[in-house]
Amino acid sequence: MQSVGRNRFDRLLRDPAPSRLTYRLQRLWLTPTFRFGLRFGLPVLLLAGAIGWYLSDTARVEALRLSFVELRDQIEHRPEFMVKLMRIDNVSDEVAEDIREVTSIDFPVSSFDLDLKEMRKRIEGLDAVARAELVIRPGGILDVTVVERKPAIVWRSRDSLELLDASGHRVSSLDSRLARSDLYLIAGEGADRAVPEAMAIFRAAKPIVGRIRGLLRIGERRWDVILDRGQKIMLPEKGAVEALQQVLVMDENSRLLSRDVSVVDVRNPARPTLRLVGDALKNLEKIIRTPLEDKT
Amino acid sequence: MTDLFENQRAMRRHRQAALQRGVVAILDVGTSKIACFVLRFDGVANAPPGEEIGCMAGQSRFRVAGVATTRSRGVRFGEIDRMEETERAIRTAVQAAQKMAGLRVDHVIACFSGARPRSYGLSGSARLEGEAVTEQDIARVLAACDVPDYGEGRHVIHALPVNFTLDHRSGLSDPRGQTGKTLSVDMHMLTIDVPAVENLLHCIQRCDLELAGVVSSAYVAGLSALVEDEQELGAACIDLGAGTTSVSIFMRKHLIYADSIRMGGAHITSDIALGLQVSQEMAERIKALYGGIEATSMDDRHMIDIGGDTGDWEHDRRQVSRSELIGIMRPRVEEILEEVRASLDAAGFEHLPSQRIVLTGGSSEIPGLDQLAARILGGRVRMGRPLRVQGLPQLATGPGFSAAVGLCLNAVCPQDECWDFESPADRHGGRTLRRAIKWFRENW
Repeated sequence: MQSVGRNRFDRLLRDPAPSRLTYRLQRLWLTPTFRFGLRFGLPVLLLAGAIGWYLSDTARVEALRLSFVELRDQIEHRPEFMVKLMRIDNVSDEVAEDIREVTSIDFPVSSFDLDLKEMRKRIEGLDAVARAELVIRPGGILDVTVVERKPAIVWRSRDSLELLDASGHRVSSLDSRLARSDLYLIAGEGADRAVPEAMAIFRAAKPIVGRIRGLLRIGERRWDVILDRGQKIMLPEKGAVEALQQVLVMDENSRLLSRDVSVVDVRNPARPTLRLVGDALKNLEKIIRTPLEDKT
Repeated sequence: MTDLFENQRAMRRHRQAALQRGVVAILDVGTSKIACFVLRFDGVANAPPGEEIGCMAGQSRFRVAGVATTRSRGVRFGEIDRMEETERAIRTAVQAAQKMAGLRVDHVIACFSGARPRSYGLSGSARLEGEAVTEQDIARVLAACDVPDYGEGRHVIHALPVNFTLDHRSGLSDPRGQTGKTLSVDMHMLTIDVPAVENLLHCIQRCDLELAGVVSSAYVAGLSALVEDEQELGAACIDLGAGTTSVSIFMRKHLIYADSIRMGGAHITSDIALGLQVSQEMAERIKALYGGIEATSMDDRHMIDIGGDTGDWEHDRRQVSRSELIGIMRPRVEEILEEVRASLDAAGFEHLPSQRIVLTGGSSEIPGLDQLAARILGGRVRMGRPLRVQGLPQLATGPGFSAAVGLCLNAVCPQDECWDFESPADRHGGRTLRRAIKWFRENW
């Protein structure tokens, strides 16, 4: 029993043996599950616990949310993100004015607050605008590129005079027909819905374009071509252009339209019908009965 | 004997659990050093399909992941003398080996050389119940062995079936499936002192480890130091340790005799310390650096500083010639070898067909020992080094580690012992129910 009286420090110096605690701790450390738990599980647990404790107080959560919002605000309102003016390209002044009115932005404004999609929808909602593109350019410029609708035709409806584009969409109203005398005129209920057909008819009627006063929509289903001298050509519902061409061929062959005909009815293209002017038929009979020598 | 069997079976179960976990520690508790190896099992590598053991008798299955040795403390004659010191030494070794391996071990297979092993040859025979030999028949014949009275306070550490005889055919190693009438068995039983095992068990449990097997170091030193044909044809392995010298005789790959002589290298050291009036450490150093057996005229002129730190100039500058040192060492070595000789004679070694003697252990590194051993023991003597196993560092390949390396081999591929067979059915007929209840209680 030589070890009884020895002091601890003395023994430590001589003995390389680990203490029981060191030995056990080392064995614990070499246990794979413990090691994993300590290296990965414990930090995760601590972190989750700390976050949970922090968020358990509503005042702190509120403060956190507020500071987040503030930070967001700060970033959004940095001068790099500010939009200072709107540039509207290739558009007439009235339309530009309309666009400004519709979008109604108080410059300068942060680009985060601009809803370009919504603005585009609103601008395209304008009658005069066919298509719009909105781009925020560096330097804080909101660039609006607009393709305007081109007025192609004048429509005289029951109570107003309006400009339509080639697809029949309204462009603007017109005070006087004379203001746009270069455009063709159409009239009648529902005429705006058949503008492409009307345009095709006008194109086909090029030889007699000087005589055409306009097209009249009948019963929202077919066209009448109104000519001067009270003449009109009644076109069918389908194949209106072909029917008109047929009439034009007849006119070329027999100068049909310069005769005393009030109505050329080709509603049935296979059987064109003519209506003569009032006493034309009587005149014709008289002419036929009159002997040849009288004619001279 | 059944109680003991239960004990051994429990250790076998621990060993199975360790093999399944893939990590087991090997602990060689010697008088001068305690060695701890951590073995890692990687499954059956390169094993032919359908075989469990694999190439090279299972040696390719494991690798040594951690090795640590520490100076042994509190061990004398291969037995634990001071529990607390030994426990700390074991802790040092296990911790260092674990650290090197980076693995935690829970199961330990230990070997030690002391505790006065004694060999017994048993034999028994039984008539077969059926035509062919079954596992049950082997269990019955093993149970039929007449066990000698090996005394109070002794413990069976090995009980190896060495030889089976079926009718008149002897020399069977595995008689299962063969037909015959009478089966008889020769068994080798090794007993040791109980306190030695219990002390070791206690120390290991104090280190939070489970003992998965206790093996005699004489046996495992022979396993690693003898080559295969030596084990087959018959050879003696002499493990010259520090506190004990173990003798084991192998024949047909079975241990047939083991003994231990309570003398070893530590006694040589203490002789030097006494004879030259130096400290134990200095004596150990002188022995390791200048030790020898055969004195030549050259050695008279080879002066060795033996030093000292008393402060007395004359005392601290002492010198001895190497032949003086040899004169101190040689009688003790001769004495040890004479004891070995007596032990071999008692075992009847001279009747073996081949009389190969292999010297291993730390003290076998004394130069000239093999000539002296040949003169005293007769026969052909060679120096044995442990087998190379995977992952063993260079420092652990010396002859001092043959017991530890042999223990690795034994842990991987243990020989069937008596308790590996089921007890015969008629022995535990009435206990089946009790065992079932016990099983329930243990598991729920």
